Amino acid sequence: MTTLSLSNIEKSFGGNQILKGVSLDAQPGEFIALVGPSGCGKSTLLRILAGLDSADSGEIVIDGREVSRTQAADRNVAMVFQSYALYPHLTAAQNIAVPLVMRRLTRTQRIPFVAPLMPGQRQAVADIHRDVREMAASLKIDHLLDRKPGQMSGGQRQRVALARAMVRRPAVFLMDEPLSNLDANLRVHARGEIVELHRRAGVPTVYVTHDQAEALSMADRVAVMIGGSLLQLAPPQVIYDDPQHIEVAKFVGQPRINLVASHVGENGIVTLGTERCVLADRSLAGDTPVTLGVRSEFVKVSRSGEAGLPAHVERVEFLGSEIIVYSKLDAIGEIMIAKVSPAEGAGLAAGMPIRLSASAEHIFVFGADGVRLPSAPLVENTVREAAHG
Amino acid sequence: MSPNVFTFGRVVRLSILSLGALVFLAPYIFMISTAGKAQSDIFTSSLNLIPQHWFYAENFAKAWSRVHMPTLLFNGVMVCLMILVIQVVIAIPCAYAMAKLKFRAAKVMMVLVMLGLLVPIHATALPLYVAFDRVGALNSYMALVAPFSISVFGIFLFLQFFRAMPDDLIHAARLDGMSEIGVIARVIVPNAWPAITAFSIFSVVAHWNDLYWPLIVVSNQAYATPPLGLLYFRAAEAGDDYGALMAATLIITSPLVGAFLLAQKRFVEGITMTGLKG
Repeated sequence: MTTLSLSNIEKSFGGNQILKGVSLDAQPGEFIALVGPSGCGKSTLLRILAGLDSADSGEIVIDGREVSRTQAADRNVAMVFQSYALYPHLTAAQNIAVPLVMRRLTRTQRIPFVAPLMPGQRQAVADIHRDVREMAASLKIDHLLDRKPGQMSGGQRQRVALARAMVRRPAVFLMDEPLSNLDANLRVHARGEIVELHRRAGVPTVYVTHDQAEALSMADRVAVMIGGSLLQLAPPQVIYDDPQHIEVAKFVGQPRINLVASHVGENGIVTLGTERCVLADRSLAGDTPVTLGVRSEFVKVSRSGEAGLPAHVERVEFLGSEIIVYSKLDAIGEIMIAKVSPAEGAGLAAGMPIRLSASAEHIFVFGADGVRLPSAPLVENTVREAAHG
Repeated sequence: MSPNVFTFGRVVRLSILSLGALVFLAPYIFMISTAGKAQSDIFTSSLNLIPQHWFYAENFAKAWSRVHMPTLLFNGVMVCLMILVIQVVIAIPCAYAMAKLKFRAAKVMMVLVMLGLLVPIHATALPLYVAFDRVGALNSYMALVAPFSISVFGIFLFLQFFRAMPDDLIHAARLDGMSEIGVIARVIVPNAWPAITAFSIFSVVAHWNDLYWPLIVVSNQAYATPPLGLLYFRAAEAGDDYGALMAATLIITSPLVGAFLLAQKRFVEGITMTGLKG
């Protein structure tokens, strides 16, 4: 089993710092999704990991070996590219065989015409053919082996690219948005397949994507990268339920999280409507600006009553199993998004006055620097006990 | 053929094209005609396209015997082939490095290539001649080939073509375990045939027809290229046997014409450079 560890990787292009000290560790056989908006440096990090680009500083350890000065070919990593990067002049079988040919045959065994005379060459070539066929069979592309990339569909090319990367059993498997060129249906199907392949191969995998749904659904752990920093590395559910940074909360979740600017009140208490949270760190001065976040599914919409913040409906989106309600808070003019069931949302229309509320246990508090401030719901008569930790 | 295939516009276009083709072909047609005429036929006052006496056999026999035609053709083939192979072998790695590798001198090299494109052979002819003379290399294949071994035009053409090749393809090749030479041999060259074909056409046509440089460095018939051979031929005959001269010219141009007719589609493809579509 192999492991992978990156520490403090930095990279600048022309005075522009792309990677600001990224560290990451992968357990044996782990599937890590590296997710972030475009331009956050995730593809650069992957290229540095592969050895296609060099870091300005930092350490890369693969399989207990420091490789940051090692050539790409000698790192024993395989990569699936967004464009698949299949060799257009070779058939699928030849494409899959390339990494084996380059590794198993000696220089003289690869010379055209003369090579079959070299000792051991026939046996090695036969082994390569066998391995290519086995790989193709396991990906169900045996019928494509004689075709060239130009004669294949996107999904077929993607499988050939996967086969080419997996056939030599690399120490680390890298994927750079391999599904982004597929149509939506195929993409969901291919997700399951890649996870299954990864499980069978048992090789640590770093999967770069800008699609949070892909990251959350496929990965053992998700690494959220924003602006060249790795903000949080955690299992998908923790990323969603317990974001440690406001950017993580904003990036993950569909529709996006509701954010309201606020201030710390007396005794480290923050208030959203009638709901109150208490910060673990009570030393924060009153009036310190904070941002409160509530995920859309925890925003409750009521049409009558006094509880909650008054708002007016701006727009209603019907999505079948749920309804997304966009409404403007009367007090501060902020747009709030609520995800409600069709029953709750029935009859809502633009312009209607409503009241919004959220229970305190679903409120995240973020400091001015974006870092999450630990907090707990405040229950009226247990002010002292409420602050846990 | 349905009547609407020949619309008015199409007829006009085809006529203009045909006329243009005729104008361009006229000298060659006249050459074919003259190659079949006897001396008396050529110097008549009337202009006939069809020879009055068929003199092809005599003229070709003369052309073939007066100068050593096989030597000329062999020299032409050798010189063109050596120039082409050396140019390609030098230009492809050079263009690859400039297009896909990052190194400090890349920009300076690019400027040098552009400068190289601006300098004509006529400007460097004299210094080169003096140099070849000093090393005693006049009248040799080396003198004919060496000045053209580095083609800035070739580097420029391949550079443009390689820039359009996806970087990921080269990254994949490196991850698959190829050295830089391996990338060139196994990935770049097999995908660069359109560019190589286009360049080969330009190079071979230019050097097969070149008279200027062979005239400067070759005075020995044993190393004469076809156009230079024609010159000897004319001089030997005091310039009056036009029938034989045209026959010799026909022989000399026939390899290129034949090659064009055989690979017409490739030629057009190569020159328009349809490029590489995954």
